[in-house]
Amino acid sequence: MSGVLLSVEDAVVDLPTPRGNLRAVDHVDLAVDAGKTLGIVGESGCGKTMLSRTILQLLPKKAKLSGRVMFDGQDLLKLSPEKLRKLRGRSLAVVFQDPMTSLNPVLTIGTQLIETIQEHLELGLAQARQRSIELLAAVGIPAPEQRLAQYPHQLSGGMRQRVAIAVALSCEPQLLIADEPTTALDVTIQAQILDLLAREQQRRHMAMIIITHDLGVVAGRTDEVAVMYAGRVVERAPTPLLFKQMRMPYTEALLAALPKLDAAPHTPLPAISGRPPDQTRPLKGCSFSPRCRYAAGRCNTEKPSLRAEAPQHFYACFHPIAAGVDA
Amino acid sequence: MLFFVARRLLYLVPVLIAVSILTFVIASLLPGDLAYVILGDQATPENIAALRHDMGLDQPIWLRYVGWLWHILQGDFGRSFRTGQTVLQAVSERVPVSFELMILAELIGLAIGVPLAIACAAKAGSAFDRFITGTAFGMLSVPTFLSAILLIYLFAVELRLLPATGYVPFTEDPVANLRFMVLPALTLGLAEWPGIMRVLRSDMIAALQEDYIALAKAKGLKPSRILFVHALKPSSLTLVTITGINIGRLIGGAVIVESIFALPGIGRLLVGAIYTRDLIILQGVVLLVAAGFVIMNFIVDLLYAILDPRIRHGHA
Amino acid sequence: MATLELALEDEAGATPAGRRRRLGTLFWIAIGWMALVFAVAIFADLLPLPSPTDMDMLERRAPISAEHWLGTDGLGRDELSRLIYGARISLIVGLCAPVIGVTIGGALGMLAGYFRGRFESFVVGSMDVLLAFPPLILALAVTAYLGQSIFNLTCILGVLGIPAFMRVARAATLSLARREFVIAAQALGATHTRILLRELLPNVLLPLLAFFLLGVAVTIVVEGSLSFLGLGVPPPISSWGSMIGEGRESLDVAPQLAFIPAIAMFLTVLSFNLIGDTIRALTDPRQGAL
Repeated sequence: MSGVLLSVEDAVVDLPTPRGNLRAVDHVDLAVDAGKTLGIVGESGCGKTMLSRTILQLLPKKAKLSGRVMFDGQDLLKLSPEKLRKLRGRSLAVVFQDPMTSLNPVLTIGTQLIETIQEHLELGLAQARQRSIELLAAVGIPAPEQRLAQYPHQLSGGMRQRVAIAVALSCEPQLLIADEPTTALDVTIQAQILDLLAREQQRRHMAMIIITHDLGVVAGRTDEVAVMYAGRVVERAPTPLLFKQMRMPYTEALLAALPKLDAAPHTPLPAISGRPPDQTRPLKGCSFSPRCRYAAGRCNTEKPSLRAEAPQHFYACFHPIAAGVDA
Repeated sequence: MLFFVARRLLYLVPVLIAVSILTFVIASLLPGDLAYVILGDQATPENIAALRHDMGLDQPIWLRYVGWLWHILQGDFGRSFRTGQTVLQAVSERVPVSFELMILAELIGLAIGVPLAIACAAKAGSAFDRFITGTAFGMLSVPTFLSAILLIYLFAVELRLLPATGYVPFTEDPVANLRFMVLPALTLGLAEWPGIMRVLRSDMIAALQEDYIALAKAKGLKPSRILFVHALKPSSLTLVTITGINIGRLIGGAVIVESIFALPGIGRLLVGAIYTRDLIILQGVVLLVAAGFVIMNFIVDLLYAILDPRIRHGHA
Repeated sequence: MATLELALEDEAGATPAGRRRRLGTLFWIAIGWMALVFAVAIFADLLPLPSPTDMDMLERRAPISAEHWLGTDGLGRDELSRLIYGARISLIVGLCAPVIGVTIGGALGMLAGYFRGRFESFVVGSMDVLLAFPPLILALAVTAYLGQSIFNLTCILGVLGIPAFMRVARAATLSLARREFVIAAQALGATHTRILLRELLPNVLLPLLAFFLLGVAVTIVVEGSLSFLGLGVPPPISSWGSMIGEGRESLDVAPQLAFIPAIAMFLTVLSFNLIGDTIRALTDPRQGAL
């Protein structure tokens, strides 16, 4: 099976706030092929979580959405709530950022797994239970049978995230959205969880979207990367290409902000200066221009559009980093 | 869990002792003393002195307190000097009536309050929600005795559907018992639901914003399951807390309602003792009611601990 | 992610604009009703009213007439006059008792929240003992022993309010005492008295005021309940509660004798609740931020 599984076409999300309209997602186009992995990278508040909620159709009631979200040949925006419900958890699964808050504190792990399985697959209680045990074992939880009767607070953060992943995998989804799956975890656990996700993705041939603020997370684990800034996709390329010749100064800044293992001790981390723009007060020019060291001339007056350099490499910048210059 | 129970039990003892001291102090606020009340205006000073000596009233207050507490610990709460009945007899006869009233009232309050809270939380901000929230706010300003009078006027005076006063024990005639209980329990229940509704509603609205609700939706669960299992179950702890907080008000309400509807419960015993200046009964009832209240709160705390897995597994 | 997006989550629970406006009109109606009740209660002696205690046995339970605007009660006393003088009692008790509560409870709460330690444990423990009694039972018992009088009633209802005011003041003080401006004042060498009075008191006052108004509503209800049972203000003084209690005897022939004071009491309690709740909502930091 191949071809496009999910495509987001010209998605716009507007949120009314007390300070005025906030455009959280601004004309975003994305596509994920079946079995492939897409990374979405950006700072806090860049709209990447709103984008994931757009795909899941879990936006706040007040949000206004336009565009198309095609999943497996159906437009999710036009689906009835009942059809959408049958799709969620079944074909379209999600792992949230914080396993402390995304698992219900007063229901046992068993209940939270079994209810998902029984909702979508026609299995009896005993079978659903058996499947839950297998799932827990598959995500690397020791003594899975005993865990079913336990509550989330009895597990460590990493174990809880494994449970959340087991819940997401429970009905063999075609697409898994992992929304900052390791941000809330200990650094030592992060790699384990990411490797687990990558392994299960390979084994189950499912497509995956990893949302993160950390370019390092997507580096070896994705086929394609989309970098978001102020609600827009500002650079998009196959992962190896992006790291080889990034064009967008923002992507470069994100990369520079990563801690490096080979740096001398006590080297100050180069942070991106300034703050993301106030999205209720859109800028006339490029949203990144106030923080960009290359910004000049029309950067402040005109919005660069996303254009293709190579067939698969898109970026939105008037002054791209010159080809061949190492970032 | 065991540690939790032990700690709460240890706290119970000093509170109960303090309650007994306060009850004793209140009783000694009486101008003059008990001997005058018992013997009346015509008593001679000699009679009074003799009675005071008999009752130990000439001893210092702390000694009287110790003696009183000693009797109580042996189960002797004193005896009415009007009817000769002991405090324990009088109270145990009337406790079932008050308990039945309070339980029925709380059930009515929950039966009205919980569904409305769920409906309002599910449609927060809608016209229905605003109407119910507004009604609840208005109901909070209606004192118990007002709704009692309104209900009597409607159902007993105008419609003549239900009796306004009277009582038959449940064991004698359950139907008649319930007929007598409807109006009093409804009166108290009408005072209970607004509080239950308001707290549960805001609690559930908060719960519905949680990540785990978003995940439950992302799991494709049915809306009814999300509402009743994922959102309501965490709030059921709140329900226990509200019920606990309500006990004090229910007891107060029961006093008024029992007096209005002539139900032979603890409240009526208390008010009757005040009318007839039966001060021994009064002191005993106040102590027993307060002790019962403290113990009921203790039970609510335990129930809370049992229901909350975080406390049950010692993560308090 | 979180912060920005979470703040934008659907806030159906928060006050929508429409409701705020509606509460606004209700708020002013409540203020208007309270002004009316206060005015007639204060100037009762100046109004051309018959005496509230003069009985006219020939005109018992008289209907509404030019002479008796709201009719007469079971003993032939003028209902309107009794209603207005009753407002006096309800307001005197209803205002004075929370004043006792807010003064003592507020002071204890601020001191407990500011000094912490053993003093705080002691205060909180004593309040627990007071709270171990169902409030109405305690009020009944104390008035029964002390004797029925307006003064005793006010004192006991005031004492009953102390724990609640203590909690409000303590909670507010606890959160304020860690703020920069208090720490700065301490660093500058200000005395405890100065910090408590100049820095903390002005900030604790508003939440206490909101709670005070709710306390007035509760006190009016409790006073009404006691008087209704005939255990509150001693006769022949009229209070709304005792009027309703007397009116209950003639519900079948003259229901207005119970319902007129009942409506007056409901509206007054509702007004205090509305105004108190509005002020509380204004001082609530969560909503104030919006």
